[in-house]
Amino acid sequence: MLENMDLTMVNWARAQFALTAMYHWLFVPLTLGITWMLAFFHTIYVKTGNEEWKRLTKFWMKLFGINFAIGVATGIILEFEFGTNWSNYSWMVGDIFGAPLAIEGIIAFFLEATFFAVMFFGWNRVSKGFHLFSTWMVAAGSTLSAVWILVANAWMQYPVGQVFNPDTARFEMHSFADVAFSPYAVNKFVHATSSSMLTAAFFIISISSWYLLRGRHLLMAKRSIVVAAVMGIFASVFTVFNGDESAYEIAQVQPMKLAAFEGLYEGKTNAGLAAFGIVNRNKQVFDDQDPFYFEIHFPYLLTLMANRSFNSFVPGMKDLVYGNPEHDILGSAQKMVRGKQAIASLDAYRQAKKNSDETDAATHLAAFNETKEYLGYGYLNAPEEAVPPVALSFYAFHIMVTLGTLFPFIFLLYLYFTKKGTLEQKKWLLGFGTITYFLGLIAGQAGWVVAEVGRQPWTIQGLLPVTIARTNLTAATVQTTFYIFLFLFTALLIAEISIMLKQISIGPEEN
Amino acid sequence: MIANLEYTTLQHLWWLLCSVVGSLFLFMNFVQGGQTLLWQVAKTEEEKGLVINSLGRKWELTFTTLVLFGGALFASFPKFYSTSFGGAYWVWMLILFTFVLQAVSYEFRKKPNNIFGSKVYELFLLINGSVGILLIGAAVGTFYTGANFTLDANNFVTWTHPFRGLEAALSLSIYSLFNISLGIFLVLNARTLASMYLINNIAPEEVPAMEQRLRAACENNCLYSLPFLVIVLLFLLLMPGYGIIDEQGTIAMVSFKYLKNLFANPWLLLFLVAGLALLLYGVWHTSWKRQNKGIWFGGLGTVLVGLTVFLLPAYNNTAFYPSRVDLQSSLTIYTASSSPYTLMVMTYVALTIPFVLAYIAYVWWSMDKGKIRMEDTGDPTSY
Repeated sequence: MLENMDLTMVNWARAQFALTAMYHWLFVPLTLGITWMLAFFHTIYVKTGNEEWKRLTKFWMKLFGINFAIGVATGIILEFEFGTNWSNYSWMVGDIFGAPLAIEGIIAFFLEATFFAVMFFGWNRVSKGFHLFSTWMVAAGSTLSAVWILVANAWMQYPVGQVFNPDTARFEMHSFADVAFSPYAVNKFVHATSSSMLTAAFFIISISSWYLLRGRHLLMAKRSIVVAAVMGIFASVFTVFNGDESAYEIAQVQPMKLAAFEGLYEGKTNAGLAAFGIVNRNKQVFDDQDPFYFEIHFPYLLTLMANRSFNSFVPGMKDLVYGNPEHDILGSAQKMVRGKQAIASLDAYRQAKKNSDETDAATHLAAFNETKEYLGYGYLNAPEEAVPPVALSFYAFHIMVTLGTLFPFIFLLYLYFTKKGTLEQKKWLLGFGTITYFLGLIAGQAGWVVAEVGRQPWTIQGLLPVTIARTNLTAATVQTTFYIFLFLFTALLIAEISIMLKQISIGPEEN
Repeated sequence: MIANLEYTTLQHLWWLLCSVVGSLFLFMNFVQGGQTLLWQVAKTEEEKGLVINSLGRKWELTFTTLVLFGGALFASFPKFYSTSFGGAYWVWMLILFTFVLQAVSYEFRKKPNNIFGSKVYELFLLINGSVGILLIGAAVGTFYTGANFTLDANNFVTWTHPFRGLEAALSLSIYSLFNISLGIFLVLNARTLASMYLINNIAPEEVPAMEQRLRAACENNCLYSLPFLVIVLLFLLLMPGYGIIDEQGTIAMVSFKYLKNLFANPWLLLFLVAGLALLLYGVWHTSWKRQNKGIWFGGLGTVLVGLTVFLLPAYNNTAFYPSRVDLQSSLTIYTASSSPYTLMVMTYVALTIPFVLAYIAYVWWSMDKGKIRMEDTGDPTSY
């Protein structure tokens, strides 16, 4: 079966996962971020008893509810898609990957789902204190949910805390703490939640700016902008600094991803960081074509970002594919050889076990243990397969970084003009402000493209390629469900946008 | 203490926990049942508003229970997760499809500019409540009747039927009769529970005519479900099952396997009998005695029946996900589970479940102290 992989099916399964994940991430950042702002608004209302804050809280809550529903709708597919489209993966790593998903359900989803109803419908049904507590619990639940799903995703990027069991030919968890507190998971959580918070801040700024331009709901809009801009500054600064930490980590554990999103084919000492570039899409890792038609870079910065030092070597895609003995880098070509030895030893071990030949089994197991860390490479057909799509990774990374660098300044401008009391006169800023939510969404989407496309061809970095992780389905089957979900999600997205625009146009309820 | 539990104990414990979650999901299906009753018991927009707002405060709990059911199975029995979801592709995809439709419908239905109109969202709710639950019932039925898969040396699944799971409900076989009967019973039972829940949750003086319709629906749906229940029970008592017959884990057909399992685990028999009795008592309490607390009897009864349905095909050396085409590919709780370490870690996590249940119960009580009234349907944030 493994020898007859249907790559077309794998690509459709990838496309379907990308589709559902990207649709899901249109809604999740707002949920993650705005719940904390709702908790803040609600707290001020309870503290002051000022009805204006209640109106403001209920208004943003209403928009959150519309967004939340479609976020839930797109989320359920993702969980089950691991089983439907990536069943071999589910079996091989269910021990490790399933645990965070189950914990997410027990600890986070129920918190969110239970208190969600109180937050929305508890205004006159429960005490003010319990109602406020429920709003905070929804925020806590959504953030806890992010913790566990990002732990799971981080493990796919940087697998730790597991061992390969040759008897069952699958990975098993041996340290839950290593999985849950992996530095990659911590970084991923901080980066995803802080960027979500800034996206939510932009959501509020976009709508409030529109109200200010229209001269409607001025007090509510200005109050919302102040809270959102303050939160946005903190979130965006966090995002930028944590982004740098993430890049450093990627350089250490996923150097191919770093090389791809920087378009770095030849490793360099004192490598520059690309500021802008047009990628030569015909370039192959083995040829001598120029990787860019045009490029501007900041000298030394890539080395600094990747290694936290100047004058050190950053490996390029060629080094990582064909190896670089000078810098002690093993390429995927050499890893493939060892990986195929690992597969052969594993097969021999299992055959010996089947024949109850313990001596032979021990010999093959010892041979397997020497090469087992390269097992996944044994399933690649060519060393060049280890290179992810370069142009997509490059553009996504640079869009994300450019926007991320711009964001703190937008929040600062809003706060500056608010403090001066001239925000309403700054039509140019308010006009630009109305589109900032979309910029936040674009940056978030680009970030996930970097994370997921940059990891290809691996489902689990270095251990399990997508060609093995898939379900035994025909391409036509997955193609059909891809189009079903494309149609369904698009239709629901159109309805959601239409409802959202109408609610924004109606504005907060009057007293 | 947990660290000292034996592997087989952990495997049994986790199947029990998954069964508890699955059974709670069957109880929470009153939301789906209510969605299918909407067209029947709510004749005016006001009545519809009351039904939707009553169910709308609970739909997310049902949804989350389903998600947890999937997550718990993934973590504790990954081979089942990969085999069933990857193999019975179409049945799971259709189930998920109906839950996607449900997730947006409460929020979007009455909102202005919702593109499709409220009738379409009500249709989505109907589809979820009928097709979704019917297919879930058929899928659960395969725990007894088996499915069409083989596993290779790496435990990768190959499905041997072109319908990829839908054959559980659509093929012309005696086994489909069982699967489809279980599915229809679950749909009708969900409608019975929904009638009880709505009577309990909506202030009856607001809509006396609807109250009459709900009490009638409770009785009627219970009556309609009985023939399907009888079919299911007869199958359970008479059908052969997939048993583990030796220490090597060999699977073979065993006559009257599920009847034997009932006698081997008399507490399951007790669950089944008590569950059905509580269900019928709930209906009698609601429809004949015209009381409002039938949902608690019916709900507990459903959980007990659900526990029997999930535990019976797994305990007492039985294959809970049998393969009809290759007996030795069948899954048992011993062959399908995670490693002892993962089960142990997850057992520590499961210690939080009582706490979760406690706060759900508290919130439920706090929110439902006051019945749903017309005024609850007029707020802009209401459904």
